[in-house]
Amino acid sequence: MDTILQTAHLKKVFPRKDGEDIVAVDDVTFSLKKGEKLAIIGESGSGKTTVARMIAHLLEPTAGQVMLAGEDITNAGGAKLKEVYTRMQMVFQNPVDSFDPRCTLGDGISESLLNHGKSKRQAAEMTKNLLALCGLGEEFAQRYPHEVSGGQCQRAAIARALAIEPELVILDEATSALDVTVQAEVLDLLNRLQEDRGIAYLFICHDIALVQDFCDRVIVMHEGKIVEEGIPDEIINNPQQAYTKKLIDSVL
Amino acid sequence: MSQAITPTIRVQNVRQNRLQRKLWFFGGLAILLILASFFSDYLCPYDPYLQDMSLTKAAPSAEHLLGTDRYGRDMLSRVIAGSKTSIFSTLLLVGFIAVFGSIIGIICAWAGKWVDTLLMRMSDMFLAFPGLVFALAVAAVLGGGVHNAIFALAAISWPKYARLARSQTLALQSAAFMQAAKMAGSGTCKIIRKHVLPNIAGPILVTAMLDIGTMMMELAGLSFLGLGAKPPIPEWGSMMSDTRNLLPTQPWVTLSPGFAIFFSVMIFNLLGDTVRDYLDPKNRK
Ligand SMILES: Nc1ncnc2c1ncn2[C@@H]1O[C@H](COP(=O)(O)OP(=O)(O)OP(=O)(O)O)[C@@H](O)[C@H]1O
Ligand SMILES: [Mg+2]
Repeated sequence: MDTILQTAHLKKVFPRKDGEDIVAVDDVTFSLKKGEKLAIIGESGSGKTTVARMIAHLLEPTAGQVMLAGEDITNAGGAKLKEVYTRMQMVFQNPVDSFDPRCTLGDGISESLLNHGKSKRQAAEMTKNLLALCGLGEEFAQRYPHEVSGGQCQRAAIARALAIEPELVILDEATSALDVTVQAEVLDLLNRLQEDRGIAYLFICHDIALVQDFCDRVIVMHEGKIVEEGIPDEIINNPQQAYTKKLIDSVL
Repeated sequence: MSQAITPTIRVQNVRQNRLQRKLWFFGGLAILLILASFFSDYLCPYDPYLQDMSLTKAAPSAEHLLGTDRYGRDMLSRVIAGSKTSIFSTLLLVGFIAVFGSIIGIICAWAGKWVDTLLMRMSDMFLAFPGLVFALAVAAVLGGGVHNAIFALAAISWPKYARLARSQTLALQSAAFMQAAKMAGSGTCKIIRKHVLPNIAGPILVTAMLDIGTMMMELAGLSFLGLGAKPPIPEWGSMMSDTRNLLPTQPWVTLSPGFAIFFSVMIFNLLGDTVRDYLDPKNRK
């Protein structure tokens, strides 16, 4: 299978005025195959979101490269970046903040469709279908982000990420605000899309049990570094690192 | 539980309703003033420039509700005609500096680096001028007149809007929904139009509303000092200055434009306050 995403020695340093720079991400190298479901787990502050933001070109890496389907996109811009975003989408960690408070959820979901040549009518129709796909009625297109629950907003955010049929979706804690049944439904949907369209997922998550069910491979991050990598079952049953052990013991 | 919640919702509703009524009231008055200034040519009972030497300094009467000045011109007509200069010019001025300043502010926030530094230092420069001194300098270089007074006021007041728009835009830039818009493939122009402008319009509008009264006073003040509108053009500030020696004997001549300034400034300031309270999320449901 081909690789869709590859990162090489990604590093992010946040400079601080008092001289003690924060090394949020350090030497992160991994690759993701087409249609693969890769999880990143790690405690809060371990640098998961920072990695995701660097891959999505929302944060400039201090060092390292990001490759999408073999092409270096670290310095992409303009039209090239627009094309990159048709192949890669992201579901943000805080779904309510990821929708403009002055636009409806429908506006947010159809924005990418309109930007890529769909007519208003087509976009509205597709938005309706996307909402239905994520288990939301069509009336949610008219709602504002503060008028829906966190879980509903999260599903709308997933609908938005799927709108232009990307090849790679980064899901940053995308199911954390959902209750168990809805979470199962959403994961089911993601699984279906992966089988039908071969979408790859970078699945950032706290919940190790969920990762075990859903993902093909898992990366364990600690203080910005990758400390362990492997098949979820193996890692959970036989962790090599003390940190991974601690992380697993704390949930199970 | 529900007993604890219901009263606060009711209080909020009452407050919201009261605010809405206030908004309509002051908004209505302000619109009346603006309409009056716009159609002032048709509202004057007499020609504001027409001199009648047989009827100078006449006290208020049925024919001349506010009396006449020392050239026998009808004061009511002059006050109404003056609204064109005073209110209409102020609105144009505030509208212009709010739009211009906001554009500069958004450019600064978006471009960053040297563009930001350059434009912000320039705005600091204008901000550092004392208004009156700058107006004096402009009048000395370009001559007096209401246009130059407006120009001087515009030059020293746009930086306030630039700073406001810049800080608001910078705060927005880190918001997740802006990054989501970027990932949706929206270009800079679309992001500014769809996501930045609607989110920063509120605070800018409130500042502009509160600025109308201030600018009206400043413009009248400059005219009073002879740096703005020149007689015989009817303008409230210059009318007061022109007739101030009549205050002890024929007070209506000086007080009519004085009260016109007072009421207009008050109405626009109260409207500004109401709009600010209305847009305050704390007063929202
Ligand atoms: N813009 C920033 N400026 C300075 N430090 C930052 C910034 N963003 C993140 N950090 C720091 O980088 C580190 C990693 O943060 P990150 O958000 O990637 O963690 P995370 O693994 O996503 O955590 P969580 O599970 O809580 O979402 C943290 O120590 C955080 O304080
Ligand atoms: Mg995070």
